[in-house]
Amino acid sequence: MKVSVDEDRCCGAGSCVLAAPDVFDQRDEDGVVVLLAPEPAGHLHGAVREAADVCPAAAITLSGTA
Amino acid sequence: MTSHVLVVGAAAAGLSTAEALRRKGYTGGLTLLGDEPHHPYDRPPLSKQVLSGAWEPERARLRDDGVLAALDARFVLGDPAVALDVANRAVTTASGLTLRADAVVLATGVRPRTLPDQAGLAGVHVLRTLDDALALRADLRPPARLVVVGDGVLGAEVAATARGLGVETALAGPQAAPLAAQLGPLASGLLADLHAGHGVRLRLGSAVLGLTSRDGRVTGVRLDAGDVLPADVVVVALGSIPNTDWLAGSGLELDNGVVCDARCRAAEGVYAVGDVARWHHEDLGVALRLENRTNATEQAGAVADNILGTDRAYVPVPYFWTDQFDARLQVHGVPSGADVSVVDGDVEARRFVARYERDGRVVGVLGWNMPKQTRQHRARLLAPIR
Repeated sequence: MKVSVDEDRCCGAGSCVLAAPDVFDQRDEDGVVVLLAPEPAGHLHGAVREAADVCPAAAITLSGTA
Repeated sequence: MTSHVLVVGAAAAGLSTAEALRRKGYTGGLTLLGDEPHHPYDRPPLSKQVLSGAWEPERARLRDDGVLAALDARFVLGDPAVALDVANRAVTTASGLTLRADAVVLATGVRPRTLPDQAGLAGVHVLRTLDDALALRADLRPPARLVVVGDGVLGAEVAATARGLGVETALAGPQAAPLAAQLGPLASGLLADLHAGHGVRLRLGSAVLGLTSRDGRVTGVRLDAGDVLPADVVVVALGSIPNTDWLAGSGLELDNGVVCDARCRAAEGVYAVGDVARWHHEDLGVALRLENRTNATEQAGAVADNILGTDRAYVPVPYFWTDQFDARLQVHGVPSGADVSVVDGDVEARRFVARYERDGRVVGVLGWNMPKQTRQHRARLLAPIR
């Protein structure tokens, strides 16, 4: 699984950090998403899928099947 | 056992429900019925990036074709639902289709409230759909004079975007400051300063009586203070009406939305989600209907769980955000009518987090240009999301 984020779309809600704190963080200054793990380990995939689905700005895109 | 789910409404709440079902392991049939011809798109950018022209409409799409294909759902678009047979869980569409399912999810959203005299008048807009945004964008060119009617989130965002385009803009509404009811005097006062500082003419504290026109085109907005604000373009942003007309006669209880229990269930096998759903919030002890983007996804998760047999009450901490000029506001909980204190940052620097208390209890957290810190304070001060 590969994760990409669109910083322009990000609204700083932090939903992704709540769903998958090992994969996402936010910048201190403006709250924009920081991608900690672009290719997260398998045990994190469920949480990452949830983070992508619940992002209120649809700023997270997943690719790859695993 | 549920082997087919029909979602009526193909915007954020409907799509999120379908995605949540799949994420939680549902492998049965899935149909999304939408009244607009467009694939699911996002609404928050409509009053900002799409309206300003910074984004082409395509960019507001919620998911690309590949992601939608992977959802393995049937999309029936451009065909509004016209009737629901609750006992048989069957929906009839305008084109004459009948769609049956084991579970039906009502996600038909809301439509804008309008002024009685705006119908058919050129230059008058509402902003709910992508097509609305594009029509308004075409009219927002200097030297057009814009009057925004409505001092809530949408009205204030439209005014900010229009000023950014160099359009002469006035904002009219009954409150003392934009978003005063949602934010209280401190933050709404700062918003008023922000708008005035960017050249928005604030005509607040006065109700709008109606419009003036000549030869079928709007010419102004009449205030109860007695004067008329001249206008070439008017945006009416006076709130919304739940899209439940098509459910009249279905037997469902309709009262400012589809009335649901704490599980977002309107009847056996029938659920409601998003802007149209009025459900019983168990923690707050009230019937609540939230019109915001995060509610669409969070409530979708609860509805998916309940469809799949996990008994789950939906008890969110309400949350919305708004971007106006250089201000990014995050609002958790229900901060209105409460005592406010700044807990982080600095109001003078326009970068702070405020805590709202009522009867000694924290009821809200508001952030102004401090999103990360706001989330952290919210986690400490308010109940967790789940």
